[in-house]
Amino acid sequence: MNVEINGPQVLGYLFGNPNLPITETMRNAWIVMVFILFLCIFLTRRMEKIPKGKQAFAEKAVIMIDNLVDSTMGPGCRAFSPYIATLLMSSLFGSLATLFWMRPVTADLNTTLGWALITFFLITFNKIKYGGLGGYLKGFLEPVFVMAPLNVLSEVATPVSMSFRHFGNMAGGLVISTLMMGALEVLSNAVLGFLPVPLLQIGIPGVLSLYFDCFTACMQAFIFSMLTMAYVGDARSSG
Amino acid sequence: MDPKAFVAGMSALGAGMAMIAGLGPGIGEGYTAGQACAAIGRQPEAQGDITRTMILGIAMAESTGIYALVVALILLFANPFVGQF
Repeated sequence: MNVEINGPQVLGYLFGNPNLPITETMRNAWIVMVFILFLCIFLTRRMEKIPKGKQAFAEKAVIMIDNLVDSTMGPGCRAFSPYIATLLMSSLFGSLATLFWMRPVTADLNTTLGWALITFFLITFNKIKYGGLGGYLKGFLEPVFVMAPLNVLSEVATPVSMSFRHFGNMAGGLVISTLMMGALEVLSNAVLGFLPVPLLQIGIPGVLSLYFDCFTACMQAFIFSMLTMAYVGDARSSG
Repeated sequence: MDPKAFVAGMSALGAGMAMIAGLGPGIGEGYTAGQACAAIGRQPEAQGDITRTMILGIAMAESTGIYALVVALILLFANPFVGQF
């Protein structure tokens, strides 16, 4: 049995600088971005007054995300819905890329930490914008000033926990699927060793993949954008 | 004893023990789902809201388990201690 579980492979170096590696994750992320771009262009070509077919689908998706933003963040937050939609789509397709023989973009802490840092910046920006700089700093002294270090920690924990959650779910699924493939190979060699192919590897990993890839991908994309909305909405109403 | 083998073995043991943390989220999420079922039974018309809140809560409760998983993965695949010997 040879099971290999590696991080994303380094494909090359930017400008030949060993400090700027181009990894598999980055290549896949660009493929996913180009795919989403072409999907958007395809869905919105030749728009008509009365939507039908692909245009109706696109409009339905936009309305759904708008409604989600409205119901979670309260009215007057429509400006966030493009960002939420971007997060949702890049997370969903980035994770589902694993169905197309690519390493999932989100099974790399760099990707999810990047997104979580954008969200963290949004949260802090909105807290300062709506509560004022004084209110933001005063929030660290709640309920008593002794709690300040803990409050700073809990503030830092937000992006860490968001990124680790997404990364851990996807990477965990990847590891379990890989281990399962190895185990099934051993099992089919032991039980059905007279066959030339590892028969048990057919079909069974698909069932696992349905949960670890499809379900988790949809779930984590939804949760990541949902948490972003909840945190930013909370920051806006804190002032 | 070869210190490298000792550290590697102990790391594998530690990774396994880290995953005991999976108990907590399992219990918590099961309880949450049960409570959500009870709530939907009382108020079927609020199913959408209840489900959404439940999923969010489950995701939050799951993070402790995910931390354990990340620690286990680090111990197994990116062990910081092996290189010291």
